[in-house]
Amino acid sequence: MSFVYEKLMGGKQGLIGLLILAALILIVFPMMLDAFRLNLVGKYLTYAFAAVSLVLLWGYGGTLSLGQGVFFGLGGYAMAMFLKLEASSPENTSIQSTPGIPDFMDWNQLTELPWFWEPFSSFTFTIIAILTLPALFAYIIGTAMFKRRVGGVYFAIITQVIAVILTILIVGQQGFTGGINGITDLRTLNGWDITSDSAKYIFYYINAALLLGVIVLSRFILTSKFGRLLLAIRDKEDRVRFSGYDVANFKIFIFCFAAMISAIGGAMFTLQVGFMSPSFVGIVPSIEMVIFAAIGGRMSLIGAVYGTLLINFGKTAFSETFPELWLFLMGALFIGVVMFFPNGLAGLWADYGHHLTSKFQFITRFFKKDTATMPSGATKISDASSS
Amino acid sequence: MSTNTDYTLSIEDLTVSFDGFKAVDSLNLYLDKNELHVVIGPNGAGKTTVLDLICGKTKASSGSIKFLNQELTNLSEHAIVRAGVGRKFQTPSIYENLSVFENLEVSYPQGRGVFGSLFFKRSDTVKDKILEIAREIMLDDMLDTEAALLSHGQKQWLEIGMLLIQDPQLLMLDEPVAGMSVKEREQTAELLNKISQGRSVLVIEHDMEFVARIAHKVTVLHQGKILAVGDMETVQKDPKVIEVYLGH
Repeated sequence: MSFVYEKLMGGKQGLIGLLILAALILIVFPMMLDAFRLNLVGKYLTYAFAAVSLVLLWGYGGTLSLGQGVFFGLGGYAMAMFLKLEASSPENTSIQSTPGIPDFMDWNQLTELPWFWEPFSSFTFTIIAILTLPALFAYIIGTAMFKRRVGGVYFAIITQVIAVILTILIVGQQGFTGGINGITDLRTLNGWDITSDSAKYIFYYINAALLLGVIVLSRFILTSKFGRLLLAIRDKEDRVRFSGYDVANFKIFIFCFAAMISAIGGAMFTLQVGFMSPSFVGIVPSIEMVIFAAIGGRMSLIGAVYGTLLINFGKTAFSETFPELWLFLMGALFIGVVMFFPNGLAGLWADYGHHLTSKFQFITRFFKKDTATMPSGATKISDASSS
Repeated sequence: MSTNTDYTLSIEDLTVSFDGFKAVDSLNLYLDKNELHVVIGPNGAGKTTVLDLICGKTKASSGSIKFLNQELTNLSEHAIVRAGVGRKFQTPSIYENLSVFENLEVSYPQGRGVFGSLFFKRSDTVKDKILEIAREIMLDDMLDTEAALLSHGQKQWLEIGMLLIQDPQLLMLDEPVAGMSVKEREQTAELLNKISQGRSVLVIEHDMEFVARIAHKVTVLHQGKILAVGDMETVQKDPKVIEVYLGH
């Protein structure tokens, strides 16, 4: 029990933070919002997966990836390929010159399904692919770079270039990928209508639960010795190396893990939004994900979720009224965060939050029972990741 | 090339050249167990380069470095550490964002792989060992202090502690008392005498008074070559050494 409490929940602070977030996304949002708005929040929460991955990779690991959209996109495309194949049964596509293949392939004069599409007709394979293919891709990139000690700005630039390359590849290979329009017109999952309101509710809850699960798993990583090593590597890489660690392996692992959770977000995006396109792969979404994490607080897993929600609420509200102003506002916000509050919302909360909480002392008193059991060394990290 | 020896460390014919400039030139150096060996020399003599070569940070152009009869020149940095070589850097290299306890824990020689570190348990053995080392480096009442808040001297000790916890057979220290107060120097000298029991220690130092107090054996390095070897007294009387230090 104490293992679960300390390691997964992050102690008292972490548990409260997690419970508040869980209450917000599992109870408050579904109660207050209609199906359309809730679906929108569900979409935002899929970006939060990428933001959380950046907290691990960038906040703790010190390695900024400007290409998380790549992994988000790979996960999303894998799910979209499965759904598209199901939507392209010979009966549904009988008017095509080659029935049984996705419509955009038919428009591009393809006469049979490409080999790499074949396995995606299996749901099991698709799920495994979402969890492993982006991580495998990250492993290849990570090994190539970290083993050669490429890091910092160079790593950021290279990941950004990979995002560009993948976008160009997807747009250029229209017959295989659906091109600039992406993979659209997704209808059913194993015969179940994914566009119905009930499906949207169910996906919303699955998505929210997965996000909370990912946060708990990330907490486990950050509170382990691995988490302290990440901070140590960020601080003094050489000291870690000359303490007997193969530093590259640690960076590769966290990069792969970050890729995997971004891909889960991508897959949930496809399920809730009903399509996937290259505009969620390239530079712009990748940088937006960094902004979500920076504004929420790059040292806070939960902060990253709030950052994502806040920016996207702002984006929706503002771009409905002043579409051209939004980009400037977001840019200004990002600069403001970097210059004035580098730890984002979570940092503000840590600095000024106690003024608020002191007014609600009866709640904290309720949780006070277990505080004495906190181990000395674990306090700082769990505080940082929970506030 | 060379045969097995009883030395903890035997460096033979070691040469490294950077674009033709020989920073270390056919160096021979031997370290016994329990020996505290100090390397001195003017700036640019190649002292730090020797440490870089031993711990694998710089690759040798030719020659051999044998540690307990194991060739080090072709091992990677982390493998050299795991073989039992610890190195302290010139400026204190500690993890400022972690507490003293965590600094030592991260250096604990277990859970060094990715998955080993994920499932590493802070057991009583680990805690006891950390406390023991912390006592040795005089930081046992500061375990929860963030390392960034330590004084310069305490940071130097902490880094020494981070090496001690790995129980290396060869400990290399690059200017361990630089920037320390007189009292801290005395405490460090005591510490070094204590920790050289049961292992070999290689120290680079400028402070002659400090060298005289700790050194069992002194090597004077000049332009990548050995100028003199022996105990402090012999070395200080050597006319070549006087020439290098005072002649110009």
